[in-house]
Amino acid sequence: MSAARDRILQRLRARHPAEPRPLPDNPVRRFDWTGEERLMRFKECLEAVRGEVAWVGEDWPRILFERLREKGAINLRYALDSDLGAELEQAWPDGDAIRLIPHREQVETCRQDLFSRTDAGLTGCLGGIAETGSLVLWPSVQEPRLLSLVPPIHAVVLEASRIRSTFHEFLVEEDWAGRGMPTNALLITGPSKSADIEQTLAYGVHGPKELLVLVRQDQGPAGLA
Amino acid sequence: MSPEFRVRVGQALGNERVRRNIRRAMDGLVLKRCKAFPDEHELTVLRRRGKLIRGHALANLPDLLRELERNCERNGIRVHWAETAEEGNGIVLDILRRHGAELVIKGKSMVSEEMGLNAYLEAQGIEPVETDLGEFILQLADERPSHIIGPAIHKDRLEVAELFANHFPEIPSGEDIEGLTAAARQIMREYFGRALAGISGVNFAVAETGTLCLVENEGNGRLCTTVPQVHIAVCGIEKVIARLDQLPPLLTLLTRSATGQPITTYVNMISGPRREGELDGPGEVHLVLLDNGRSRVHADRELRSILRCIRCGACMNHCPVYSRLGGHAYGTVYPGPIGSVLEPQLQGIDRLGDLPDASSLCGACGEVCPVRIPLPGLLRRLRAEGIRGRKGSRVIGRGSRRKPMHQLIWALWSRVNACPVLYRGLTGLATRLRWLVPTSLGPWSRTRAAPVIAPRSLHELARAEGLEGE
Repeated sequence: MSAARDRILQRLRARHPAEPRPLPDNPVRRFDWTGEERLMRFKECLEAVRGEVAWVGEDWPRILFERLREKGAINLRYALDSDLGAELEQAWPDGDAIRLIPHREQVETCRQDLFSRTDAGLTGCLGGIAETGSLVLWPSVQEPRLLSLVPPIHAVVLEASRIRSTFHEFLVEEDWAGRGMPTNALLITGPSKSADIEQTLAYGVHGPKELLVLVRQDQGPAGLA
Repeated sequence: MSPEFRVRVGQALGNERVRRNIRRAMDGLVLKRCKAFPDEHELTVLRRRGKLIRGHALANLPDLLRELERNCERNGIRVHWAETAEEGNGIVLDILRRHGAELVIKGKSMVSEEMGLNAYLEAQGIEPVETDLGEFILQLADERPSHIIGPAIHKDRLEVAELFANHFPEIPSGEDIEGLTAAARQIMREYFGRALAGISGVNFAVAETGTLCLVENEGNGRLCTTVPQVHIAVCGIEKVIARLDQLPPLLTLLTRSATGQPITTYVNMISGPRREGELDGPGEVHLVLLDNGRSRVHADRELRSILRCIRCGACMNHCPVYSRLGGHAYGTVYPGPIGSVLEPQLQGIDRLGDLPDASSLCGACGEVCPVRIPLPGLLRRLRAEGIRGRKGSRVIGRGSRRKPMHQLIWALWSRVNACPVLYRGLTGLATRLRWLVPTSLGPWSRTRAAPVIAPRSLHELARAEGLEGE
């Protein structure tokens, strides 16, 4: 195995020994949009790929509850940071109509439940990208990867102030390379889809069929800088 | 042209249904790409940047591969190296056997097609299940991909409906696309829950952080790389890039060139197995780096540029030959312009020399390539290599297409054209004896009228007008 490695590397070096070329210029591609413009662009782009966007404030648990009830969900598995989690639990309108399930177990012990008995999953996110209507997820111990993938409905709480213009801007300004990457950083742009049959779009292939983004603006439009 | 290629081309051109499906798909993709790049200037800037980023990676390939390995291992990703497809298959098998996996779910990976991984695993008693919808359809039909992005573009919905009805009669799928997709989702669900191991490709491997980037729309890639205990990623050695911040420009070039999408539904950046305290993710992540002839291509300064390829498929979408033939006619894993340059170098010009010849050199591929690979120039280089290898060339099968008769004809032709006396004499003779030219000239006149020689040559007419030596 390492013999293969050595031979491959040797062949690569053989004809053109050490020609270290400097990194090409790569100025950050970004747009000087206002907060309002970023919000609007984010909404337009996400809706264009069948994502749903709802403006929310402190009442987000109630709005989420109503949306989920409309969709016929009877439970909601969630994995949030402690602040958001507390808000959800305190303001949840009716735990009998839609049961709240805190997601805290290893997938090995709750696989069946997660795969076949969960109607919706709720996660937070690191932020959003306006240019493409994308969410940035940074799965962690608190927020596991499967919750944004397996249940047919994925709901996300997004702080409006955390929307940047481009992926490039996000990655560079938040120094992803320097701070260390998580197991699986993710960009999510809409519910899952495929165009493999006659190039016709069909949604809800293997990932979620629906994506609901609750854009939280505590301060209202004026607070978006 | 080899008889096998001629037969495949004939079959492809004669299949009206497939031609219709492919043409519809290509026309659509061409339009989508055009709409995705409305700003000519932005496109120019991006393509140049894409070329420089990929070119830089290739210029520093051995160092970047070592950096990639170091950072992957530091993250807990086990890195393996395979010189050949057989070695790569053996490494994958070894990992699967160690975990007792009898079933493995697969995300779409052209490298795994190149390795013949599925057939290899089946022969060893392990069942590979394709989870990408297009690949799944092909697996049911026992066919190979015809396009590197949309593997089943040659099939229409009625064919897919028939396949589903035959293989899964108990699941009502209907003939509409939504119904078929829902059926596929239901079928796959069971496999996602069961499989012990998942295999994926890699779009870009970032050396700086030891990160594997995968793009997809369906979610099957995420499921294959998150649910099973083991994730094996297979990757050509040329896919490495130096820095994480080089991902955004390459990704926007890739998705817009391939399908006209600003971004795919999911962009995964995987940097390791499940960490302490995490609730999900594989216990083991393996990266298999495959050479399979790439290091030989890399050694040639000119031919190396093909390794910049980011597998977008734009070249074949815009190719007048591909859009009429479809991928199967090429008989290779990678079809279209990229395949016509890469495959003869991997398998030899003696075997695949027909492919670089099967081009009108219209140049569309070179114009749309997001990383500015000079595809028409490379096609011409390979044609030349078929006749005579350039000094220092290591192309397999170089010189194998050289025919002594052709060499003689060209030698005579250049002698005549270099000598005014001979030239004037022979053209004069040709015009005087033109009634001797046959009307049937073998293959040439099967689809063309035979050439008709004028009674007087242009030079003669010019001299008669007094335009000597102008």
